[in-house]
Amino acid sequence: MLKTDIAIIGAGPAGLNAAISAAAMGAKVLLLDRDDRAGGQLIKQTHKFFGSRELHASLRGIDIASLLLARVREFDNIDFRLGATVLGYYEDGVITAEYRGNFLKIKADRYVIATGASEKILPFPNNDLPGVYGAGAVQTLTNVYGVLPGKRVIMVGSGNIGLIVSYQLLQAGVQVAGIVEAAPGIGGYLVHAAKIRRAGVPIYTSHTIKEAYGDSSVQGAVIWQLDEKWQPLNGTEKDIEADVICIAVGLTPLTELLWQAGCQMKYVPQLGGHVNLRDENLMTSVPGIYVAGDVSGVEEASAAMLEGKLAGLAAAKSLGYSIENYDELWQQAISQLDGLRSGPAGEKIRSGLKMLVR
Amino acid sequence: MRIDEHPVLTFTRGKKVTFYFDGKKIEGYEGEPIAAALHAAGVKVLRHSHKKNRPRGFYCAIGNCSSCLMVVDGVPNVRVCVEKLREGMQVETQKGRGDLIVED
Amino acid sequence: MLTKTGVPTAQELDRVTPTRHRLEQGPVAIIECFQQIPCNPCFLSCKQGAIQEFSDINDLPVLDDSKCTGCGICIANCPGLAIFVVDYSYSPDEGLVKLPYEFLPVPEIDAQVDALDREGRIAGKGRVVKVQRFKGQERTPVVWLAVPKDLVMSVRNIKVGGQSHAR
Repeated sequence: MLKTDIAIIGAGPAGLNAAISAAAMGAKVLLLDRDDRAGGQLIKQTHKFFGSRELHASLRGIDIASLLLARVREFDNIDFRLGATVLGYYEDGVITAEYRGNFLKIKADRYVIATGASEKILPFPNNDLPGVYGAGAVQTLTNVYGVLPGKRVIMVGSGNIGLIVSYQLLQAGVQVAGIVEAAPGIGGYLVHAAKIRRAGVPIYTSHTIKEAYGDSSVQGAVIWQLDEKWQPLNGTEKDIEADVICIAVGLTPLTELLWQAGCQMKYVPQLGGHVNLRDENLMTSVPGIYVAGDVSGVEEASAAMLEGKLAGLAAAKSLGYSIENYDELWQQAISQLDGLRSGPAGEKIRSGLKMLVR
Repeated sequence: MRIDEHPVLTFTRGKKVTFYFDGKKIEGYEGEPIAAALHAAGVKVLRHSHKKNRPRGFYCAIGNCSSCLMVVDGVPNVRVCVEKLREGMQVETQKGRGDLIVED
Repeated sequence: MLTKTGVPTAQELDRVTPTRHRLEQGPVAIIECFQQIPCNPCFLSCKQGAIQEFSDINDLPVLDDSKCTGCGICIANCPGLAIFVVDYSYSPDEGLVKLPYEFLPVPEIDAQVDALDREGRIAGKGRVVKVQRFKGQERTPVVWLAVPKDLVMSVRNIKVGGQSHAR
């Protein structure tokens, strides 16, 4: 049995920050990630981040991942294991993991669950054809492995992921035939939209995909227009040739461990699905289990970094560890989070979070 | 197709290895996911669904969704989007659910 | 409408465009940022103090064009790539547009390239005068493009070597 003060599951923007802030207070940290690269989805984010200087604004996600990793490596009290897939949470507060072919049992006094989220799918005929890929999947293929998904892409969804991945596909030399958005307006940041518009990519708002077609893989799709009641309009069909269709219709939290641990959950569509109740320290209804990042509500990575900080600080403090300026650090994280969520772009998140305070 | 030059990124690849897709020799780079190597070689169909025999490719590419299950070195239901490529691997299109391996 | 098309309207652009008089004096930034999002690197990067301090991180940037020298450091630091510098004083019949360009190939000096508008349409030809790389933001080169004066306010992108980015 591996014993530690705090086990952190997931080494993305949330988990890395949780590890850093808990370790800085002196806690013994075990940081686990199933991937063999640290940084979670930061490793494919080639665009610059928004936010403030404290949140590494203007730096690219890939560079933020390197910075955080270097910081984690400075701590002797962080046992960082990549390639460790956590399998389950048990009644006695033990988690198990598969680690390079070995079976691990781990008992931590505190857990920070930072497992992130996964991509949603959209129902339409032939959505199971090879070539229909999650937008994030295509981003991984292109930006992490340097393999092109195809020659010409239809992007479904104009949230930040749809917009950013479209831009990154253009950078990789892939054509983007257009972005299809069911809502009457663009979902993501308009500066991202402007970037791809000036590269000549059309955005079809109030449109959805009617069907994909192709024999053994995608050869194109038919899109059509939606009326004010989101009903498709016959006669508005448009056939677009493409060998890839990217689905960017949102993410849903990867909450399996929270369910297993018996955390109280609630369905909050604004946050991407079922998420846990939490207190101001990001502790769930199960004492000792904290959350940070997309697993507790899908948001931007900047928010995940701050939640990680917060959860790491609080978990360490609850074990009696201290740091001189704890209150200041805690307050800083809280007010930076408030700042990120306070504008019009954060309205959806604010309304979702209101439903979750314990 | 692979990216040689990129405005933001540089790609460091492992050593070149050969592996087999349904018996056919293909080249890829050691340590990259099998799915990436197959895709670079133009292979998109990774398995066939068990009821309707429909072709399937990957979907999430990070090990979440189980769309990319293949038979690798005789073992079925391997998520090739996260399984790393090694020299000489036998990768086969999976048809249906995949059989349990019973050890003697 | 910007939220529908991703392309700012004439009215929106008017709000961020300096006076004719200021434009003719020399290089000045045009901040095409019309949506409140949590972001402030433009303010932080400006060494002239020309971008007003944000009281809230969600504020829209406000430019004091009397302080702006058109140096372009904000172009490379804006995560949204939403800032451009225009210079009507460049020559008697050409103006300069400085724009962020994160694509390959990066154009050569003196290259003739297609000048694109905000919808990616070819508006005319431009000549690359300089490619500037700011420290720490080397992967966002800033291309200085000389275009006929009547295109300065519409050209916001380039197409190099007859190929669009969307190849």
